[in-house]
Amino acid sequence: MNLGLLAREGPSLAQGALVVIKIAAGHLTLGLIGGITLAIMQVYGGRFASSISDIIQKIFRSIPVLVLLIMAYFGLTRLVEMPAIIVAIIALGVRSMAYQSQVFRGGFKAVDPGQMESALSIGMTKLESIRFIILPQVLRKVIGPWSNIFNMEVKDISLAYAIGVLEILKRGRYIIRYTHGNSLLIYLSVALFYFLLARAGNTILYRLEALLRVPGFEGRGDS
Amino acid sequence: MQDILVTKNIHRSFGALEVLKGVSLSLQKGETKVIIGPSGTGKSTFLRCINQLTPPDKGEVWLEGIEVTNPKTDIYKIRQQIGMVFQHFNLFNHLSALNNVSVGLHRVKKLEKNEAKRMGLEALDRVGIRDKADSYPAELSGGQQQRVGIARALAMNPKVVLFDEPTSALDPELIGEVLEVMIKVAEEGMTILAVTHEMGFARSCAEEIIFMEKGRILEQGDPEKFFTEPEQERTKEFLHKITELYGNSKEGG
Repeated sequence: MNLGLLAREGPSLAQGALVVIKIAAGHLTLGLIGGITLAIMQVYGGRFASSISDIIQKIFRSIPVLVLLIMAYFGLTRLVEMPAIIVAIIALGVRSMAYQSQVFRGGFKAVDPGQMESALSIGMTKLESIRFIILPQVLRKVIGPWSNIFNMEVKDISLAYAIGVLEILKRGRYIIRYTHGNSLLIYLSVALFYFLLARAGNTILYRLEALLRVPGFEGRGDS
Repeated sequence: MQDILVTKNIHRSFGALEVLKGVSLSLQKGETKVIIGPSGTGKSTFLRCINQLTPPDKGEVWLEGIEVTNPKTDIYKIRQQIGMVFQHFNLFNHLSALNNVSVGLHRVKKLEKNEAKRMGLEALDRVGIRDKADSYPAELSGGQQQRVGIARALAMNPKVVLFDEPTSALDPELIGEVLEVMIKVAEEGMTILAVTHEMGFARSCAEEIIFMEKGRILEQGDPEKFFTEPEQERTKEFLHKITELYGNSKEGG
Protein backbone atom coordinates (compact mmCIF):
# COMPACT_ATOMS: atom_id res chain seq x y z
CA MET A 1 0.00 0.00 0.00
CA ASN A 2 1.09 3.51 -0.76
CA LEU A 3 0.98 5.13 2.64
CA GLY A 4 2.84 8.22 1.42
CA LEU A 5 0.00 8.88 -0.96
CA LEU A 6 -2.51 8.64 1.86
CA ALA A 7 -0.48 11.06 3.94
CA ARG A 8 -0.32 13.51 1.05
CA GLU A 9 -3.93 13.23 -0.03
CA GLY A 10 -5.37 12.64 3.42
CA PRO A 11 -6.32 16.26 4.04
CA SER A 12 -8.25 16.36 0.80
CA LEU A 13 -10.15 13.22 1.73
CA ALA A 14 -10.72 14.62 5.20
CA GLN A 15 -12.30 17.71 3.70
CA GLY A 16 -14.61 15.48 1.71
CA ALA A 17 -15.40 13.59 4.89
CA LEU A 18 -16.26 16.86 6.59
CA VAL A 19 -18.65 17.68 3.77
CA VAL A 20 -20.36 14.32 4.31
CA ILE A 21 -20.71 15.05 8.02
CA LYS A 22 -22.14 18.50 7.28
CA ILE A 23 -24.66 17.07 4.85
CA ALA A 24 -25.60 14.35 7.34
CA ALA A 25 -26.13 16.86 10.14
CA GLY A 26 -28.07 19.18 7.86
CA HIS A 27 -30.33 16.73 6.13
CA LEU A 28 -31.07 14.62 9.20
CA THR A 29 -31.99 17.74 11.19
CA LEU A 30 -34.21 18.94 8.37
CA GLY A 31 -35.74 15.49 8.18
CA LEU A 32 -36.22 15.36 11.94
CA ILE A 33 -38.03 18.67 12.20
CA GLY A 34 -40.05 18.06 9.03
CA GLY A 35 -40.75 14.44 9.95
CA ILE A 36 -42.04 15.27 13.42
CA THR A 37 -44.18 18.05 11.97
CA LEU A 38 -45.66 15.79 9.30
CA ALA A 39 -46.32 13.08 11.87
CA ILE A 40 -48.09 15.49 14.22
CA MET A 41 -50.18 16.75 11.30
CA GLN A 42 -51.06 13.21 10.36
CA VAL A 43 -51.89 11.93 13.84
CA TYR A 44 -53.34 14.97 15.57
CA GLY A 45 -54.31 17.26 12.70
CA GLY A 46 -57.73 17.47 11.17
CA ARG A 47 -58.66 15.76 7.96
CA PHE A 48 -57.10 18.55 5.88
CA ALA A 49 -53.75 18.61 7.70
CA SER A 50 -53.48 14.85 7.71
CA SER A 51 -54.14 14.50 3.98
CA ILE A 52 -51.58 17.20 3.18
CA SER A 53 -49.07 15.34 5.32
CA ASP A 54 -49.96 12.07 3.66
CA ILE A 55 -49.53 13.42 0.15
CA ILE A 56 -46.13 14.95 0.98
CA GLN A 57 -44.73 11.79 2.53
CA LYS A 58 -46.02 9.64 -0.34
CA ILE A 59 -44.43 11.86 -2.97
CA PHE A 60 -41.00 11.97 -1.39
CA ARG A 61 -40.94 8.32 -0.46
CA SER A 62 -41.76 7.28 -4.01
CA ILE A 63 -39.15 9.19 -5.99
CA PRO A 64 -35.64 7.73 -6.18
CA VAL A 65 -33.27 9.87 -4.18
CA LEU A 66 -30.92 10.28 -7.13
CA VAL A 67 -33.80 11.70 -9.17
CA LEU A 68 -34.65 14.02 -6.27
CA LEU A 69 -31.05 15.22 -6.13
CA ILE A 70 -30.87 15.94 -9.86
CA MET A 71 -34.32 17.54 -9.91
CA ALA A 72 -33.41 19.75 -6.97
CA TYR A 73 -30.13 20.67 -8.60
CA PHE A 74 -31.71 21.82 -11.83
CA GLY A 75 -34.92 23.11 -10.27
CA LEU A 76 -33.82 24.92 -7.13
CA THR A 77 -30.71 26.56 -8.52
CA ARG A 78 -32.83 28.06 -11.27
CA LEU A 79 -34.92 29.81 -8.62
CA VAL A 80 -32.18 30.83 -6.20
CA GLU A 81 -28.45 30.75 -6.41
CA MET A 82 -27.16 28.18 -3.92
CA PRO A 83 -24.16 25.91 -3.51
CA ALA A 84 -24.53 22.23 -4.41
CA ILE A 85 -24.09 21.16 -0.80
CA ILE A 86 -27.25 23.06 0.17
CA VAL A 87 -29.11 21.45 -2.72
CA ALA A 88 -27.97 18.06 -1.44
CA ILE A 89 -29.11 18.85 2.11
CA ILE A 90 -32.53 19.92 0.85
CA ALA A 91 -33.03 16.97 -1.51
CA LEU A 92 -31.83 14.37 1.00
CA GLY A 93 -33.68 16.28 3.72
CA VAL A 94 -37.12 16.06 2.13
CA ARG A 95 -36.65 12.37 1.48
CA SER A 96 -35.55 11.92 5.08
CA MET A 97 -38.52 13.96 6.27
CA ALA A 98 -40.88 11.62 4.44
CA TYR A 99 -39.34 8.49 5.96
CA GLN A 100 -38.93 9.98 9.41
CA SER A 101 -42.56 11.06 9.40
CA GLN A 102 -43.53 7.41 9.18
CA VAL A 103 -41.25 6.43 12.04
CA PHE A 104 -42.68 9.21 14.20
CA ARG A 105 -46.23 8.49 13.14
CA GLY A 106 -45.79 4.96 14.50
CA GLY A 107 -44.28 6.43 17.66
CA PHE A 108 -47.19 8.83 18.23
CA LYS A 109 -49.70 6.06 17.58
CA ALA A 110 -47.95 3.86 20.12
CA VAL A 111 -48.58 6.34 22.94
CA ASP A 112 -51.78 5.59 24.81
CA PRO A 113 -54.51 8.19 24.06
CA GLY A 114 -55.00 8.45 27.82
CA GLN A 115 -51.71 10.35 28.02
CA MET A 116 -53.11 13.18 25.92
CA GLU A 117 -56.36 13.16 27.87
CA SER A 118 -54.72 13.50 31.23
CA ALA A 119 -52.44 16.24 29.88
CA LEU A 120 -55.49 18.13 28.60
CA SER A 121 -57.27 17.52 31.89
CA ILE A 122 -54.67 19.50 33.85
CA GLY A 123 -55.08 22.41 31.47
CA MET A 124 -52.38 21.86 28.87
CA THR A 125 -53.17 22.86 25.30
CA LYS A 126 -52.88 20.22 22.62
CA LEU A 127 -49.47 21.56 21.57
CA GLU A 128 -48.21 21.68 25.17
CA SER A 129 -49.43 18.12 25.66
CA ILE A 130 -47.50 17.00 22.60
CA ARG A 131 -44.39 18.90 23.59
CA PHE A 132 -44.17 18.02 27.27
CA ILE A 133 -45.95 14.68 27.50
CA ILE A 134 -46.25 12.88 24.17
CA LEU A 135 -43.07 13.77 22.29
CA PRO A 136 -40.67 12.83 25.13
CA GLN A 137 -42.23 9.37 25.13
CA VAL A 138 -42.18 9.10 21.34
CA LEU A 139 -38.50 10.04 21.18
CA ARG A 140 -37.65 7.23 23.58
CA LYS A 141 -39.65 4.76 21.55
CA VAL A 142 -38.31 5.65 18.10
CA ILE A 143 -34.56 5.75 18.61
CA GLY A 144 -34.34 2.14 17.39
CA PRO A 145 -36.19 2.58 14.09
CA TRP A 146 -34.61 6.01 13.70
CA SER A 147 -31.12 4.52 13.78
CA ASN A 148 -32.17 2.40 10.82
CA ILE A 149 -33.01 5.52 8.83
CA PHE A 150 -29.73 7.04 9.90
CA ASN A 151 -27.82 4.04 8.54
CA MET A 152 -29.54 4.07 5.17
CA GLU A 153 -29.43 7.77 4.62
CA VAL A 154 -25.90 8.46 5.70
CA LYS A 155 -24.69 6.10 3.00
CA ASP A 156 -26.87 7.79 0.40
CA ILE A 157 -24.92 10.98 0.92
CA SER A 158 -22.39 9.55 -1.51
CA LEU A 159 -25.01 10.13 -4.22
CA ALA A 160 -24.49 13.86 -3.84
CA TYR A 161 -21.43 13.15 -5.96
CA ALA A 162 -23.80 13.16 -8.94
CA ILE A 163 -24.57 16.87 -8.58
CA GLY A 164 -20.96 17.85 -8.10
CA VAL A 165 -20.76 18.11 -4.33
CA LEU A 166 -17.13 17.75 -3.30
CA GLU A 167 -17.79 15.00 -0.82
CA ILE A 168 -15.34 12.23 -0.04
CA LEU A 169 -16.15 10.02 -3.04
CA LYS A 170 -15.78 12.83 -5.53
CA ARG A 171 -12.48 13.88 -3.97
CA GLY A 172 -11.33 10.27 -4.10
CA ARG A 173 -12.10 10.14 -7.80
CA TYR A 174 -10.02 13.28 -8.38
CA ILE A 175 -7.09 11.80 -6.51
CA ILE A 176 -7.31 8.60 -8.52
CA ARG A 177 -7.41 10.59 -11.73
CA TYR A 178 -4.41 12.79 -11.11
CA THR A 179 -2.26 10.14 -9.43
CA HIS A 180 -3.09 7.71 -12.22
CA GLY A 181 -4.09 4.82 -10.05
CA ASN A 182 -4.38 3.82 -6.41
CA SER A 183 -8.06 3.28 -6.94
CA LEU A 184 -8.30 0.35 -4.53
CA LEU A 185 -6.59 2.24 -1.72
CA ILE A 186 -8.69 5.35 -2.20
CA TYR A 187 -12.01 3.52 -2.48
CA LEU A 188 -11.14 1.45 0.56
CA SER A 189 -10.50 4.65 2.49
CA VAL A 190 -13.84 6.05 1.38
CA ALA A 191 -15.60 2.84 2.35
CA LEU A 192 -13.83 2.78 5.70
CA PHE A 193 -14.92 6.35 6.39
CA TYR A 194 -18.56 5.57 5.70
CA PHE A 195 -18.33 2.45 7.81
CA LEU A 196 -16.86 4.37 10.75
CA LEU A 197 -19.40 7.15 10.38
CA ALA A 198 -22.31 4.71 10.45
CA ARG A 199 -20.89 2.89 13.46
CA ALA A 200 -20.15 6.10 15.35
CA GLY A 201 -23.67 7.32 14.71
CA ASN A 202 -25.13 4.09 15.98
CA THR A 203 -22.99 4.16 19.08
CA ILE A 204 -24.11 7.69 19.84
CA LEU A 205 -27.75 6.69 19.33
CA TYR A 206 -27.37 3.73 21.68
CA ARG A 207 -25.79 5.98 24.27
CA LEU A 208 -28.63 8.45 23.87
CA GLU A 209 -31.16 5.70 24.30
CA ALA A 210 -29.44 4.53 27.46
CA LEU A 211 -29.26 8.09 28.74
CA LEU A 212 -33.00 8.62 28.26
CA ARG A 213 -33.94 5.25 29.62
CA VAL A 214 -36.45 5.30 32.47
CA PRO A 215 -38.38 2.38 33.93
CA GLY A 216 -41.14 1.51 31.49
CA PHE A 217 -39.07 2.67 28.51
CA GLU A 218 -36.45 -0.01 28.24
CA GLY A 219 -34.29 0.23 25.14
CA ARG A 220 -33.04 -2.38 22.71
CA GLY A 221 -30.46 -3.60 25.16
CA ASP A 222 -26.74 -3.23 24.85
CA SER A 223 -24.71 -4.24 21.87
CA MET B 1 -75.12 28.05 49.37
CA GLN B 2 -73.95 28.71 45.87
CA ASP B 3 -73.70 25.94 43.33
CA ILE B 4 -70.10 25.48 42.22
CA LEU B 5 -70.79 23.11 39.34
CA VAL B 6 -73.99 23.02 37.32
CA THR B 7 -74.85 21.01 34.24
CA LYS B 8 -78.03 21.68 32.32
CA ASN B 9 -79.60 19.24 29.93
CA ILE B 10 -76.35 17.68 28.62
CA HIS B 11 -76.76 15.76 25.37
CA ARG B 12 -74.12 13.82 23.52
CA SER B 13 -74.26 11.36 20.65
CA PHE B 14 -71.63 9.20 19.03
CA GLY B 15 -72.81 8.71 15.48
CA ALA B 16 -76.37 7.47 15.63
CA LEU B 17 -76.01 6.42 19.26
CA GLU B 18 -77.36 8.95 21.72
CA VAL B 19 -75.33 8.35 24.86
CA LEU B 20 -76.53 11.28 26.97
CA LYS B 21 -80.15 12.36 26.70
CA GLY B 22 -80.29 15.42 28.88
CA VAL B 23 -78.41 15.21 32.17
CA SER B 24 -78.77 18.04 34.67
CA LEU B 25 -77.26 18.23 38.11
CA SER B 26 -75.56 20.64 40.45
CA LEU B 27 -72.95 20.49 43.18
CA GLN B 28 -72.47 22.89 46.02
CA LYS B 29 -69.07 23.72 47.38
CA GLY B 30 -67.71 20.86 49.47
CA GLU B 31 -70.36 18.41 48.33
CA THR B 32 -69.67 14.87 47.19
CA LYS B 33 -72.02 13.23 44.75
CA VAL B 34 -71.71 9.71 43.45
CA ILE B 35 -73.02 8.52 40.10
CA ILE B 36 -73.84 4.85 39.74
CA GLY B 37 -75.44 2.89 36.95
CA PRO B 38 -74.93 0.05 34.50
CA SER B 39 -72.03 0.20 32.06
CA GLY B 40 -72.68 1.87 28.75
CA THR B 41 -75.01 4.32 30.41
CA GLY B 42 -72.93 7.40 29.69
CA LYS B 43 -71.54 8.02 33.17
CA SER B 44 -67.97 8.48 31.97
CA THR B 45 -69.08 10.42 28.93
CA PHE B 46 -70.99 12.72 31.25
CA LEU B 47 -67.88 13.42 33.34
CA ARG B 48 -65.90 14.05 30.16
CA CYS B 49 -68.57 16.48 28.98
CA ILE B 50 -68.01 18.53 32.12
CA ASN B 51 -64.37 19.31 31.34
CA GLN B 52 -65.01 19.19 27.60
CA LEU B 53 -62.69 16.28 26.87
CA THR B 54 -65.85 15.16 25.08
CA PRO B 55 -67.73 18.33 24.26
CA PRO B 56 -71.51 17.95 24.63
CA ASP B 57 -73.71 18.41 21.56
CA LYS B 58 -76.26 20.37 23.54
CA GLY B 59 -76.62 21.70 27.05
CA GLU B 60 -74.60 23.88 29.37
CA VAL B 61 -71.90 23.40 31.98
CA TRP B 62 -71.26 26.14 34.52
CA LEU B 63 -68.34 26.37 36.92
CA GLU B 64 -68.68 29.04 39.59
CA GLY B 65 -70.74 31.31 37.39
CA ILE B 66 -68.63 30.82 34.26
CA GLU B 67 -70.19 29.03 31.33
CA VAL B 68 -67.72 26.29 30.45
CA THR B 69 -69.61 25.38 27.29
CA ASN B 70 -69.43 28.91 25.92
CA PRO B 71 -66.99 28.78 22.99
CA LYS B 72 -65.50 32.10 24.16
CA THR B 73 -64.49 30.62 27.51
CA ASP B 74 -60.81 29.70 27.81
CA ILE B 75 -61.26 25.98 28.26
CA TYR B 76 -57.60 25.47 29.24
CA LYS B 77 -58.04 27.84 32.18
CA ILE B 78 -61.23 26.00 33.17
CA ARG B 79 -59.63 22.57 33.00
CA GLN B 80 -56.99 23.66 35.51
CA GLN B 81 -59.88 24.14 37.93
CA ILE B 82 -61.51 20.78 37.24
CA GLY B 83 -59.38 17.89 38.41
CA MET B 84 -59.87 14.53 36.79
CA VAL B 85 -58.90 11.09 38.05
CA PHE B 86 -59.00 8.36 35.44
CA GLN B 87 -59.96 4.72 35.57
CA HIS B 88 -56.63 3.69 34.09
CA PHE B 89 -54.65 6.34 36.03
CA ASN B 90 -53.08 7.77 32.85
CA LEU B 91 -49.94 8.82 34.66
CA PHE B 92 -47.31 10.37 32.42
CA ASN B 93 -45.18 7.30 31.85
CA HIS B 94 -41.86 9.06 31.28
CA LEU B 95 -42.06 11.15 34.44
CA SER B 96 -41.40 10.29 38.07
CA ALA B 97 -44.28 10.42 40.53
CA LEU B 98 -43.15 13.86 41.65
CA ASN B 99 -42.84 15.20 38.12
CA ASN B 100 -46.25 13.79 37.26
CA VAL B 101 -47.65 16.06 39.92
CA SER B 102 -45.40 19.07 39.38
CA VAL B 103 -45.44 19.21 35.57
CA GLY B 104 -48.82 20.93 35.56
CA LEU B 105 -47.73 23.43 38.19
CA HIS B 106 -44.57 24.21 36.25
CA ARG B 107 -45.77 24.09 32.65
CA VAL B 108 -49.39 25.17 33.03
CA LYS B 109 -49.44 27.33 36.15
CA LYS B 110 -45.94 28.57 35.24
CA LEU B 111 -44.56 28.23 38.75
CA GLU B 112 -40.82 28.14 39.28
CA LYS B 113 -39.48 24.62 39.03
CA ASN B 114 -38.48 24.46 42.69
CA GLU B 115 -41.78 25.85 43.87
CA ALA B 116 -43.61 23.35 41.66
CA LYS B 117 -41.57 20.50 43.15
CA ARG B 118 -42.21 21.70 46.68
CA MET B 119 -45.96 21.81 46.06
CA GLY B 120 -45.77 18.50 44.23
CA LEU B 121 -44.20 16.88 47.30
CA GLU B 122 -46.94 18.38 49.45
CA ALA B 123 -49.58 16.85 47.18
CA LEU B 124 -47.83 13.47 47.31
CA ASP B 125 -47.81 13.83 51.06
CA ARG B 126 -51.58 14.34 51.10
CA VAL B 127 -52.08 10.99 49.40
CA GLY B 128 -49.45 9.34 51.58
CA ILE B 129 -46.96 8.51 48.88
CA ARG B 130 -44.19 11.04 49.34
CA ASP B 131 -41.63 8.26 49.74
CA LYS B 132 -42.28 7.19 46.14
CA ALA B 133 -41.59 10.65 44.70
CA ASP B 134 -38.72 9.44 42.55
CA SER B 135 -40.37 6.25 41.33
CA TYR B 136 -41.66 5.97 37.80
CA PRO B 137 -45.21 4.76 37.04
CA ALA B 138 -43.86 1.41 35.84
CA GLU B 139 -42.38 0.89 39.30
CA LEU B 140 -45.61 1.61 41.17
CA SER B 141 -48.54 -0.65 41.99
CA GLY B 142 -51.95 0.25 40.59
CA GLY B 143 -53.05 1.65 43.92
CA GLN B 144 -49.95 3.79 44.22
CA GLN B 145 -50.36 5.00 40.65
CA GLN B 146 -53.93 6.02 41.32
CA ARG B 147 -52.89 7.90 44.44
CA VAL B 148 -50.35 9.80 42.35
CA GLY B 149 -53.20 10.43 39.89
CA ILE B 150 -55.24 11.94 42.70
CA ALA B 151 -52.27 14.01 43.87
CA ARG B 152 -51.82 15.28 40.31
CA ALA B 153 -55.41 16.46 40.26
CA LEU B 154 -55.25 17.99 43.76
CA ALA B 155 -51.98 19.81 43.14
CA MET B 156 -53.65 22.10 40.63
CA ASN B 157 -55.91 23.28 43.46
CA PRO B 158 -59.12 22.58 41.55
CA LYS B 159 -62.62 23.73 42.44
CA VAL B 160 -64.00 20.27 41.81
CA VAL B 161 -62.51 16.84 41.18
CA LEU B 162 -64.10 14.31 38.85
CA PHE B 163 -63.40 10.66 39.62
CA ASP B 164 -64.03 8.31 36.71
CA GLU B 165 -64.28 4.80 38.17
CA PRO B 166 -61.02 5.31 40.05
CA THR B 167 -60.90 1.84 41.58
CA SER B 168 -62.40 -0.39 38.90
CA ALA B 169 -59.06 -1.19 37.26
CA LEU B 170 -57.45 -2.14 40.57
CA ASP B 171 -56.83 -5.48 42.19
CA PRO B 172 -59.25 -5.91 45.10
CA GLU B 173 -56.37 -5.66 47.57
CA LEU B 174 -55.35 -2.24 46.28
CA ILE B 175 -58.79 -0.64 46.32
CA GLY B 176 -58.67 0.17 50.03
CA GLU B 177 -55.72 2.55 49.92
CA VAL B 178 -57.32 4.55 47.10
CA LEU B 179 -60.71 4.73 48.83
CA GLU B 180 -59.00 5.89 51.99
CA VAL B 181 -57.46 8.78 50.09
CA MET B 182 -60.75 9.63 48.40
CA ILE B 183 -62.54 9.71 51.73
CA LYS B 184 -59.84 11.93 53.19
CA VAL B 185 -60.08 14.31 50.24
CA ALA B 186 -63.86 14.45 50.60
CA GLU B 187 -63.60 15.09 54.33
CA GLU B 188 -61.12 17.90 53.73
CA GLY B 189 -63.93 19.68 51.93
CA MET B 190 -63.12 19.07 48.27
CA THR B 191 -66.09 19.15 45.92
CA ILE B 192 -66.31 15.74 44.31
CA LEU B 193 -68.31 14.14 41.54
CA ALA B 194 -67.46 10.47 41.38
CA VAL B 195 -68.52 7.65 39.13
CA THR B 196 -67.95 4.60 41.28
CA HIS B 197 -69.63 1.48 42.50
CA GLU B 198 -67.81 1.54 45.82
CA MET B 199 -70.88 1.73 47.99
CA GLY B 200 -68.82 2.14 51.12
CA PHE B 201 -67.44 5.38 49.75
CA ALA B 202 -70.88 6.45 48.58
CA ARG B 203 -72.42 5.79 51.95
CA SER B 204 -69.75 7.46 54.03
CA CYS B 205 -69.07 10.50 51.85
CA ALA B 206 -71.87 11.21 49.40
CA GLU B 207 -74.52 13.80 50.02
CA GLU B 208 -76.38 12.39 47.09
CA ILE B 209 -76.43 9.24 44.98
CA ILE B 210 -77.38 9.60 41.34
CA PHE B 211 -78.57 6.56 39.44
CA MET B 212 -78.06 6.88 35.70
CA GLU B 213 -79.38 4.57 33.06
CA LYS B 214 -79.48 4.85 29.26
CA GLY B 215 -78.23 8.42 29.24
CA ARG B 216 -80.65 9.78 31.81
CA ILE B 217 -80.79 10.28 35.55
CA LEU B 218 -83.37 7.78 36.74
CA GLU B 219 -83.31 8.52 40.42
CA GLN B 220 -81.33 10.58 42.89
CA GLY B 221 -81.40 11.08 46.59
CA ASP B 222 -79.45 11.04 49.82
CA PRO B 223 -77.71 7.70 50.47
CA GLU B 224 -79.82 6.70 53.43
CA LYS B 225 -83.07 6.91 51.53
CA PHE B 226 -81.52 5.75 48.29
CA PHE B 227 -80.22 2.50 49.68
CA THR B 228 -83.10 1.67 51.99
CA GLU B 229 -86.16 2.68 50.00
CA PRO B 230 -85.37 3.46 46.36
CA GLU B 231 -88.40 4.61 44.42
CA GLN B 232 -87.78 2.97 41.09
CA GLU B 233 -88.03 -0.75 40.55
CA ARG B 234 -84.98 -0.54 38.24
CA THR B 235 -82.90 1.09 40.98
CA LYS B 236 -83.76 -1.70 43.40
CA GLU B 237 -82.77 -4.29 40.87
CA PHE B 238 -79.45 -2.57 40.18
CA LEU B 239 -78.66 -2.05 43.86
CA HIS B 240 -79.35 -5.69 44.44
CA LYS B 241 -76.90 -6.66 41.71
CA ILE B 242 -74.04 -4.48 42.91
CA THR B 243 -74.61 -5.57 46.50
CA GLU B 244 -74.00 -9.12 45.29
CA LEU B 245 -70.85 -7.97 43.52
CA TYR B 246 -69.34 -5.47 45.90
CA GLY B 247 -70.79 -6.58 49.20
CA ASN B 248 -73.24 -4.84 51.47
CA SER B 249 -72.98 -1.07 51.47
CA LYS B 250 -73.12 -0.99 55.26
CA GLU B 251 -69.89 -2.91 55.66
CA GLY B 252 -67.64 -1.01 53.32
CA GLY B 253 -65.75 2.18 53.93
